[in-house]
Amino acid sequence: MSRAEAGGPLLEVEGVSVRFGALIALNRVSLGVAREEVVAIIGPNGAGKTTLLNAISGFYHPYEGRIAFAGRDRTHLRPPDVAALGIARTFQNVALFRGMSVLDNIMTGRLLKMRGSFLLEALYWGPARRQELEHRAAVERIIDFLEIQGIRKTPAGRLPYGLQKRVELARALAAEPTLLLLDEPMAGMNVEEKEDMCRFILDVNQEFGTTIVLIEHDMGVVMDISDRVVVLDYGRKIADAPPAEIRSDRAVLDAYLGVAHES
Amino acid sequence: MEAVAKGTDALALDAERDTFPKLVRLNARRFGSKVAIREKDLGIWRAYTWAQYFEEARLIALGLASLGFARGDRVAIVGDNRPRLYWAVAAVQALGGVPVPIYQDSVEKEMEYIVDHAEARFAVVEDQEQVDKLLGVRARCRRLQHVLYDDPRGMRAYREPGLASLSELRELGKKFEVSHPTYFDDEVGRGTADDIAIICYTSGTTGTPKGAMLSHRNLIATARNAAQVEGLREDEEVLSYLPMAWVGDHIFSYAQAIVVGFAINCPESAETVLADLKEIAPTYFFGPPRIWESVLTGVMVRVEDAARPKRAIVHFFLRLAQDIERRRLGRQPISLRQRLLYPLGSFLVYGPLKDNLGLSRVRRAYTAGEAIGPEIFLFFRGLGVNVKQLYGMTEASVFVTIQRDGDVRLDTVGTPITGVEIRISNEGEVLFRSPGVFQGYAKNPEATRQTLEGGWIRSGDAGFLDADGHLKIIDRAKDVSRLADGTMFAPKFLENKLKFSPYVREAVCIGQGRPCVTALLNIDLIAVGSWAERRNIAYTSYADLAQKPEVYELIHREVERVNRSLAEDAVLHATQVRRFLILHKELDPDDEEITRTRKVRRGFIAQKYAPLIEALYSGRDHVQVEAKVTYEDGRTGTMRADVKIRDVDLVAAQGGR
Repeated sequence: MSRAEAGGPLLEVEGVSVRFGALIALNRVSLGVAREEVVAIIGPNGAGKTTLLNAISGFYHPYEGRIAFAGRDRTHLRPPDVAALGIARTFQNVALFRGMSVLDNIMTGRLLKMRGSFLLEALYWGPARRQELEHRAAVERIIDFLEIQGIRKTPAGRLPYGLQKRVELARALAAEPTLLLLDEPMAGMNVEEKEDMCRFILDVNQEFGTTIVLIEHDMGVVMDISDRVVVLDYGRKIADAPPAEIRSDRAVLDAYLGVAHES
Repeated sequence: MEAVAKGTDALALDAERDTFPKLVRLNARRFGSKVAIREKDLGIWRAYTWAQYFEEARLIALGLASLGFARGDRVAIVGDNRPRLYWAVAAVQALGGVPVPIYQDSVEKEMEYIVDHAEARFAVVEDQEQVDKLLGVRARCRRLQHVLYDDPRGMRAYREPGLASLSELRELGKKFEVSHPTYFDDEVGRGTADDIAIICYTSGTTGTPKGAMLSHRNLIATARNAAQVEGLREDEEVLSYLPMAWVGDHIFSYAQAIVVGFAINCPESAETVLADLKEIAPTYFFGPPRIWESVLTGVMVRVEDAARPKRAIVHFFLRLAQDIERRRLGRQPISLRQRLLYPLGSFLVYGPLKDNLGLSRVRRAYTAGEAIGPEIFLFFRGLGVNVKQLYGMTEASVFVTIQRDGDVRLDTVGTPITGVEIRISNEGEVLFRSPGVFQGYAKNPEATRQTLEGGWIRSGDAGFLDADGHLKIIDRAKDVSRLADGTMFAPKFLENKLKFSPYVREAVCIGQGRPCVTALLNIDLIAVGSWAERRNIAYTSYADLAQKPEVYELIHREVERVNRSLAEDAVLHATQVRRFLILHKELDPDDEEITRTRKVRRGFIAQKYAPLIEALYSGRDHVQVEAKVTYEDGRTGTMRADVKIRDVDLVAAQGGR
């Protein structure tokens, strides 16, 4: 895993712009994320939050600016290469293999870590067998961690939404990422599910030292779990500060139309 | 506390095997390499032998000793069934301390009461969730010093004093042993049969919990007598899935396991119990009626989803099995056709179904705590699962009566086990005495006096012994009352009849001093939910589903069915349910409406739902309610709802049977 030069920020985004035709989705956004930090990105609809995440995960390529991860420039890598560097993500809309069991879904998160010949795998012999057992053990630790033992063998498509989100998190964790990108991990959940998810995210952060960047709309959640909040509005960054300061930031309040007032 | 009963041979315990730690040590020698306990962890069943059981308990004990544990210290034990928690129980007993298991789903306030009342100095808990509660409790109960936990997950950032993991404690134990090599054996040697082995706090239906103190002698004698009566063997397998705080789990998973030397299995989590049951396929199984009910409901829901021909075959053979079993229990002849069809049913339905439920190896299973629905009882017995009824109490170290193999009946709870004597008081209350009779309630002589009279325990149940010596329980003695016109009214009897419907989860009947009987009901969310789905009835929550007109129609039919069966009863035909409503929320132990063992707290409900009850006795057809709910973290909130009320017709009495 790429635990390169410690010390400097884990992720550096410098003056990144993304445009779709005439539409400028991100306008010279800069952002640094330190190791083991939890950073929340907030902003009104269409502010460019998901675009930023997509740019970091290599799904979109910025037309200007630079993205560095663990000190290495990786502005123009493709998603698989980014994943290999130790960045994992979940999606705003659940993207699981619906017909596959929860266990198998999470196992797919380990694909990048599997190597070996097709023949050995097919025979399930020697190193292939050892490797399969190791990966299964790693996945079981995650299942235990996220408390989803009861649904291990259930097809993902049959699960309620809140649990699917949790399985998606499990799959992202299976890749043992250094940086975890979560796109609205709590959207559409009830209060109890949100509380559970908050606890899991914090646990992941503390237990594995995973750095987390998440997009979230629920201000209560954002204020509770993040070390720092980045506010986007019309593709530009308008604030970047600890939650307590964001709460009283005039520009944020204006952009957010009072959502923050309630919390 | 003087020893209560003496004299019978069963009480004579030799000094080498008169406490549980001594028995565990013996087991480690007798069958050291035999599996004592299994735990499913990270998807794999991990086994620990009796030698490991003893060694782990010993190290925990030495670790506790290094923290200054003194004889007589009380230790709160909180968590799901985990090997380390069972070992902690043995460890505490080895040092002459008293384990006090507490229900793991208790809210902080309840935990605080017990920790404070028991004067616990130590707590051994499962995980972060329980640590948080105990640290909250410790802030107010200064006596509590050390909190020890099993699962270190999420505990990294905790810096409180007096907090350590069991692995750390184990290391402390190893160090302590170097300087105190004979400490453990000396302490175990000081234990005697009449030391208190455990304090089980009973979540009584009235008032605050009472701590029933049971001695090693109580538990060992009772566990041994029951094991002899039932012929338990060393190769039994038990699934330990019921709360450790409940005396039943303590008897089945701890006392009997140690006395007989069989293996117990700890499920992975509360959600996986049914899957774990299937993997373990226990030979000895205990389930309160609600477990049997939920297994049956699960089967029926799946059967209804099956293709039509399959469904028809399953229904046919299940009806056949129940009919045969009903005849067998009623000592009626079984026709040749039925005899011939049963093996076919075994091959097609019963065998595969039992296998799938994990009940194929069960040699004996029990149900107790509440009456079980005859359909449920017949269903499992019909499949060939040897389910039997049992009557017991915490204060008796569980076992009072058991139905013997070959002498099982629908409406009795069996005959007394070895060493138990039963008497019925003039008021009709069941009294008994046995070697298991407890040592009194902790710090509550008043309650002890009320329960224990000259060595006899007042069970609080109204019942009688039939001609064959079988005990039959009617209701709680204090609950049997009369309607305004003097008709006898046994609420629990009616409630059980209502609850026998798969759609009714809880029922509370009201009628004392009233002109007629009415009922507050809870629907079963799984059964009614699946029923609603099949009919394309959309719903958002329990409260929403409960108030659907279609659901009222469904429940109405169920109440009518109960009324029809009541109409056949010579004594109780006048206590048919005339009006009912479906509550807008589920009765919940967190709201103190039912106990943690799901017994209705009548007085509390009468008070809390007074406006609803008044509405039931007015002519209104709906009522507005506002209810206080308690969330798991102890916070409270209110919810408002409009609850409908239904009338039910009286079924003409059939003039008895």
